[in-house]
Amino acid sequence: MSSTGPGAEVVLRLDRISKSFGALKANDAVSLTLRRGEVVALLGENGAGKTTLMNILFGHYLADDGGVEVFGQPLPPGKPKAALAAGVGMVHQHFTLAGNLTVLENIRLGTDALWSRGHGGARAKVERLSRDFGLAVHPDAKVGRLSVGERQRVEILKALYRDARILILDEPTAVLTPQESEALFATLRKATALGLSVIFISHKLHEVMAIADRCVVLRHGRVVGEVDTHATDKGQLAALMVGGELSLPRAEARVAGEVLMQLDRASTPDRGTVPGLRSVSLALRAGQITGLAGVSGNGQAALAEIIAGLALPASGSISLRGVPVARWTPGEALAQGVARIPEDRHHQGSIADFDLTENAVLESYRSRFSRRGWMNWRAAREFAQGIIRAYDVRCPGPETRIRLLSGGNMQKLILGRAMASDPVVILANQPVRGLDVGAIAYVQSQLIAARDRGAAVILVSEDLDEIIGLSDVIHVMSQGRLSPAFVRGTMTAAELGLWMAGQKFEGADAA
Amino acid sequence: MRLEPVANPSAARRLGLPALALVATLGVAMGLALLAGANPLAVLGQIATGALGSKLAILETLNRATPLIFTGLAVAVAFRAKLWNIGAEAQLYAGAILAVVLGTGVLGSPWVLPVSALAAMLAGAALLLGPVLLKTRLGVDEVVTTLLLNFIMLLFVSYLLEGPMKDPMGMGWPKSPALIPEARLPRIVEGLRLHWGFALAIIAAVVVWVIQTRTTLGFEIRAVGQNPEAARFAGMPVNAVLVKTALLSGGLAALAGWSEVAGLKGHLSSDLSPGFGYTGIIVAMLALLHPLGVIVTAIFVAGIFVGSDAMSRAAGVPTYIADMLMATALLFMVLAILLTRVRVVRG
Ligand SMILES: Nc1ncnc2c1ncn2[C@@H]1O[C@H](COP(=O)(O)OP(=O)(O)OP(=O)(O)O)[C@@H](O)[C@H]1O
Ligand SMILES: [Mg+2]
Repeated sequence: MSSTGPGAEVVLRLDRISKSFGALKANDAVSLTLRRGEVVALLGENGAGKTTLMNILFGHYLADDGGVEVFGQPLPPGKPKAALAAGVGMVHQHFTLAGNLTVLENIRLGTDALWSRGHGGARAKVERLSRDFGLAVHPDAKVGRLSVGERQRVEILKALYRDARILILDEPTAVLTPQESEALFATLRKATALGLSVIFISHKLHEVMAIADRCVVLRHGRVVGEVDTHATDKGQLAALMVGGELSLPRAEARVAGEVLMQLDRASTPDRGTVPGLRSVSLALRAGQITGLAGVSGNGQAALAEIIAGLALPASGSISLRGVPVARWTPGEALAQGVARIPEDRHHQGSIADFDLTENAVLESYRSRFSRRGWMNWRAAREFAQGIIRAYDVRCPGPETRIRLLSGGNMQKLILGRAMASDPVVILANQPVRGLDVGAIAYVQSQLIAARDRGAAVILVSEDLDEIIGLSDVIHVMSQGRLSPAFVRGTMTAAELGLWMAGQKFEGADAA
Repeated sequence: MRLEPVANPSAARRLGLPALALVATLGVAMGLALLAGANPLAVLGQIATGALGSKLAILETLNRATPLIFTGLAVAVAFRAKLWNIGAEAQLYAGAILAVVLGTGVLGSPWVLPVSALAAMLAGAALLLGPVLLKTRLGVDEVVTTLLLNFIMLLFVSYLLEGPMKDPMGMGWPKSPALIPEARLPRIVEGLRLHWGFALAIIAAVVVWVIQTRTTLGFEIRAVGQNPEAARFAGMPVNAVLVKTALLSGGLAALAGWSEVAGLKGHLSSDLSPGFGYTGIIVAMLALLHPLGVIVTAIFVAGIFVGSDAMSRAAGVPTYIADMLMATALLFMVLAILLTRVRVVRG
């Protein structure tokens, strides 16, 4: 008997799970099996019901119908403790660690009794796990100080510490750099070699092709396809997900217009280990998409803050249509026609307990939805409904609190809000992070359309394919420095990679 | 045992739990009565009749509710923006002082009432302006500054009543001279002991409710309270919103003192407020910070105090029972609010 592969023992069986939120069927008779040593990718559009299904499996939500079996035993519904005890470990789309505790304390939290003081045995176990699975983190580091990639390692370690045999990873790579994602895949390969099984949720099809044995595709809460990875390709998966053919938009070259926004030798102070800007000069032109490539944490955040109106450079200047700005606030930026799609949609881009209407008018309530201080809620609701329709935001209605939206749908609302103001400059900071292929195509075509209307678009992304596909000119950021502008078609991904690694800068500095 | 968030609390959960909290409070009340050696049911009955049993009792309760509506609104407005104004007591006295300063002869009819009301609000607003500026400019915790101002203000009032504001005809009592008749708030219905302050309080609650739900300022206050980072990113002037919130809150609290002096007492003494500013926090929390709810909870709280006074005279159970009831009601209500949003799961 083989211990892994198609004939291997079934470790997890979901049987016709259904779940509705009001009128919305988030899961509709979903069945799924997972075998020992297998990685199953769960695919589907934003709002297809992936997270909901995993929350049911893990006992966070109660299913309306259907059952879960782990290692042949039925799992009592609605009991995360029982799922844990049965060997299911979950790494959520949004992390759940306590920032003021150390790695070791976080890992033990909720598992070991509060009164067991000694860390000795636990430390040995954590160290062994981190060696076996290639999860390097310092056990005594405060979690609040860790990078996103390191925090994720802690989450996985925590699951392994609880002797998980089944790992559920909900969009683990959405916030990782490509290098960190590679490291995660190495860990997952080690895990499956040791007989663990993994459910992996991602919108990045190349990752799915690289790591998964099997793909299960959800659409509108139903399973619409199940394929072996080696018997399929990205195109077929994408077609299954959106229910039709789909091609990513490609921007054709266009003649750029006048400079709409310009940074001149802008510098900002370092923040801890994150470098500030080092004398960055950048011109954003009408009718042009400027791509900003680079591994995150190299000064992009500082640059984005300046463009968004949150800060002025400590030295150097920012000017709009040739006029240096003196007063620079988010409100001023909006008034000047700068639209912003923030990187952090949960904390900056939206207010969790506000409904979709309130979130939709957050930036424009003064100029468009009020008169002499009186809100016009009727117009606001119509506006929100317009965005919901135009951007296909899947939700029960404009009265839904935004915290209940799936990540991708939340992003669509923020995009619609930004685009509604006919902006002249658009800051798109990781605009397609966490979006499905259909939504990505839509968002990118919107950015191109805005460019064609004469807007200056700056696209910040870690995804080189996205940058190369969309940008008319590309800059690379590394250690707070900005590379020269590379015109469309003059650079390969490999050459950009060298700039991202910082090597080319040394050459340029020396020359 | 763990706490687990409830995504969409049902109506039963949102209304049932606070109701349960009130029932539990009643249970504690009966326990306390038992401890004091009285018949619990009789004590509850006496509190109820003391508060609502006669026309006189009802009017007394509504009179007592008036300053509580104002301070409750002041707290509800500020807490919405997560501006922790613990200083309604000080702002109340600021309003009371202005009622005396302008109501003892400097101004005559018809100007004295509107002008002194406005001046009282400005004084209360000004008193909260300092702490809020310290918060927005220097990051000083407003809980501490507003709380300390309460003590400073109380001492200042004592000084005024012993010195510059002392009534020469007061036979040595530390109280201010009486307001001129034109500076007094008339009764709503002639012959009934209920002054216009109560009607003004109701109007104020409606105005605050309209501000919160219909105006840009209300939208901003809620946004800043829920997520100041997102509010700032969206272009809201967060600090200006906090300052406006403070002005509104301070002004409302000051009206409590102004209406007590102009409507009820007719003069200022240092026992004008038996802690209306602090009780306002309870009133606002019980109302879940809803301005119209404040009217209901203020009357409820006032009823317990008035009723307990009457009960104490009849049954010999100390009136401290009222304070203990308030404290338990608050604790249970905070618990109920928490439990509407999270549930306790075993395992
Ligand atoms: N607690 C809830 N109350 C109401 N609706 C909900 C709730 N949780 C999820 N939904 C809705 O159910 C649908 C499925 O959401 P889910 O989070 O499972 O999507 P997803 O497939 O994980 O999407 P994404 O790829 O964007 O993360 C969405 O339309 C979402 O708005
Ligand atoms: Mg999801």
